[in-house]
Amino acid sequence: MLYLYEGPLDVPIILKEWYEQEACSNYGAYIPFVGTVRSEDNIEGLSFDIYEPILNSWFEAWQRRAKEKGAVIKMAHSRGDVMLHESSYIAAVFSPKRRVALEFIDEFVEDFKASAPIWKYDLKGGKRVYALDRSTAIKGSGILK
Amino acid sequence: MVRVEFLGPIQKKPLELDITNLNELAKILQEDKEMQQWLENSAVAVNDTLVSSRDVVLKDGDRVALLPPVCGG
Repeated sequence: MLYLYEGPLDVPIILKEWYEQEACSNYGAYIPFVGTVRSEDNIEGLSFDIYEPILNSWFEAWQRRAKEKGAVIKMAHSRGDVMLHESSYIAAVFSPKRRVALEFIDEFVEDFKASAPIWKYDLKGGKRVYALDRSTAIKGSGILK
Repeated sequence: MVRVEFLGPIQKKPLELDITNLNELAKILQEDKEMQQWLENSAVAVNDTLVSSRDVVLKDGDRVALLPPVCGG
């Protein structure tokens, strides 16, 4: 369950929808992570590009791992511009017991940062500036150098 | 022909190349000055599957994508 939106995420609505989707699924734990754009380095906001085909296969692999533990992962991400104090990313894990969800949300968000094909740009003076210094080369990068 | 796409911040239009493997692609891109900074830190996908070595045979209609460093969230 991967949801992509143009612009900022409506956090209360998304969290409520996910809660309602699983309200009767007999999960004992619902652990969401909400990412919010912070004010730093005089940015006006952030902007995102996404490559969907590889994002989908990356997410499906995680969903299979979660399923083996009886859990389910949901993720929402923005495309385009997201301004200060708005949200661009929500991930959540539902699981029968809390420990699985706590561990999965940690591993999932870390791998998301390192592997999901999403590119971040700072919005400064109306321009999009690629955030190279905060980006991570995907594992296996550099084979064409 | 093999279509080569440059994703995210790599400001380069797609190429249609008559190549049969990633070694040939590497040679072409290494000669392209604007690609120098990206070859070191970009991952490569063939038909939307990431590959970890150049030992990949390419055939007519295949798609190759270069993915520079990522930062979601």
